[in-house]
Amino acid sequence: MTITDASLRRLQFRDPVRAAGLVHALQRVTTEIGRAPVAVMHVCGSHEQAIARFGLRAVFPRGLDVIMGPGCPVCITDLPEVDEAVALARQGIRIATYGDMLKVRGSALSLADAQAEGARIEVVYSIAQAVELARNTDEPIVFFATGFETTAVATAAVILGGPPPNFSVLSAHKYIPPVMEIVSEMPETRIEGFLAAGHAATITGWAIYEDFVARHRKPVVVAGFEPLDILAGLVRLVELIRDGMPQVVNMYPRCVTREGNLTAQEQLWRVFRPIGGRWRGIAHVPNGNLRLRDDWAGVDARRRFTIDITALWDAAPPALVQQCICGEIMSGIASPQDCRLFGKECVPDSAVGACMVSSEGTCRIWHQYGGHPDLARLA
Amino acid sequence: MTTLLDGRIALKHGAGGRAMRTLIQDVLLAGLGSGDWIGADQMDDGAAIRVGDAWLVITTDSHVVQPAFFPGGDIGRLAVCGTVNDLAMMGATEPLGLTCAVVLEEGFARESLQRVHESMRLACLESGTTIVTGDTKVMGRGEVDGIVINTTGVALTHTLVRDAGLHAGDRIIVTGTIGDHGLAVMATRHQLGIEGTLRSDVAPLNALVRTAMAAAPGAITAMKDPTRGGLASALHEMADKGRVGVVLEENALPVSDAVRGAAELLGIDSLHVANEGKAVIGVRADAADAVLRAIRAHPLGREAAIVGTCLAERPGLLVLDTGFGRRLIAEPEGEPLPRIC
Repeated sequence: MTITDASLRRLQFRDPVRAAGLVHALQRVTTEIGRAPVAVMHVCGSHEQAIARFGLRAVFPRGLDVIMGPGCPVCITDLPEVDEAVALARQGIRIATYGDMLKVRGSALSLADAQAEGARIEVVYSIAQAVELARNTDEPIVFFATGFETTAVATAAVILGGPPPNFSVLSAHKYIPPVMEIVSEMPETRIEGFLAAGHAATITGWAIYEDFVARHRKPVVVAGFEPLDILAGLVRLVELIRDGMPQVVNMYPRCVTREGNLTAQEQLWRVFRPIGGRWRGIAHVPNGNLRLRDDWAGVDARRRFTIDITALWDAAPPALVQQCICGEIMSGIASPQDCRLFGKECVPDSAVGACMVSSEGTCRIWHQYGGHPDLARLA
Repeated sequence: MTTLLDGRIALKHGAGGRAMRTLIQDVLLAGLGSGDWIGADQMDDGAAIRVGDAWLVITTDSHVVQPAFFPGGDIGRLAVCGTVNDLAMMGATEPLGLTCAVVLEEGFARESLQRVHESMRLACLESGTTIVTGDTKVMGRGEVDGIVINTTGVALTHTLVRDAGLHAGDRIIVTGTIGDHGLAVMATRHQLGIEGTLRSDVAPLNALVRTAMAAAPGAITAMKDPTRGGLASALHEMADKGRVGVVLEENALPVSDAVRGAAELLGIDSLHVANEGKAVIGVRADAADAVLRAIRAHPLGREAAIVGTCLAERPGLLVLDTGFGRRLIAEPEGEPLPRIC
């Protein structure tokens, strides 16, 4: 493949002139609401990354708080889930997983710590690579599967495709829609509307948010990931807040339909069932975790192996972890700057909290791109 | 937080960022002392020692690159250009001579060595210097990865330029497109299948720098070549040492279409990617246009541009104006890796 760049020059969703117009509109509509601050939440690491990469926070209106919710799959993977992977690895099972998961600490250890002790951890870029590993060996390979419904669909497709018998899955997949309910119901929440992730909606369809809107009377706007997508989505969202119109609006129609990808949904629910479980730092989320159905017991690492995580709990958690406020940050109650560890003891090279580990984590993104809204005022 | 790996050298300690600087300061500079010369403690591109009314500039660099041959160059061309450029960045644009020490792995192809040597010879011709002495060692299979080349260069100058000399108001010039070397090597090394038109920019910059310095004598306040860690790392160091803030205009940065596309695809910021034929030059504002014109008249500087301005505010920080808004540019930590998922 050669990259010829006629297409890149025509990146129509990166037009700074149109962006300036949208920023102006965002300012106007936010002012029209007549009270400050207005708080909205997005639930996607890719949204935060685009906001940070293009420096959008510097031009958001002062009266508008755009908060990153629990949208980073690495960050919300719970301690006992990491413990399960670490325990399996220490039992001598080869674990394949995404690079971001390596440094996330469970109750006591991370997979990287287990690796330093001699456990065999393989970093893969996709589940297909993990299957390939399994095909080239007789020993068991466990894929530690993390991510939201977008990634879970890929896991489902592999399981339905009949992986080799020595391959199994330790699912820590999560399902986004239920956690929006949790955040909306938190007593301290200030969130008045949600920006939903365009890629997740490509799978689920936008209609999935209709029940949520009916129950919570808060608007949801589905948005894409280019700067103009995000700005246009936010303008629509504050318009709906201003007009008191709780409804779902699809601002990503070039990818998202009302019904979504029915084949993918069918595969997802054929393989997974939703169960309640904890999201790290957030809460118990009913139907927020995706586990393999009984039909797939043969590829379910939890049923194929005896996983004893209690041995890991003897090691007291490092004291710094107690001061970490990742949970409050992901719930939108605090920002990284409220954390006394941020940028000091907690940096990407030696992260204390999960939000600093993943390239999609709020703290990591703020550290990398700077959460300094007053940059706009520099000469 | 302490981890099991704290007592060991990690790859990040060689990646040109903060971890590397800290390691050098804490371990390698310990007890070296300082004096009436520009020494290792200054962590500039080289050292400078007074000789009569001139400065003798010395620099040394060990070159390892995987693969040794890549689109646009090879380890031999890199070894000559890297050292010639480090001298040039201190204002010493007429190298008196280079040394060359080669460490080879048992089994390395003789024909490959000849190719490397020919590249070195041609790069020396281009930069007007030659190799005056050398050393050769062979190690057992697996004890070294193919070939390692160390070169040391010496040159005299009357106009010493430091990387610490930026002042508020200075303009920042980049002498051409950024990210070419790093992405060409990365695409080849990881066999990403996007090599296409990606080519390393490895080239000797001494003639270009000579032209730039002559265009406005005394107007160049600081220079650095943005190798490992890319433009972000080089400018961080310059802003930090000069106690200035720097605002960069993203839309002014010269980036080739091939690099822009590959970086977008891999999720890598071209600001963090290595260059081997580019200089970052701080210039007094009143001379910026004259210096830019001179650089653009040189074949290696056709795409040079003024990309930023130094501020008294926020010393040590880099701010990127994206055309949409503004953000900070972080100092790179570790090598950039393709983000594929």
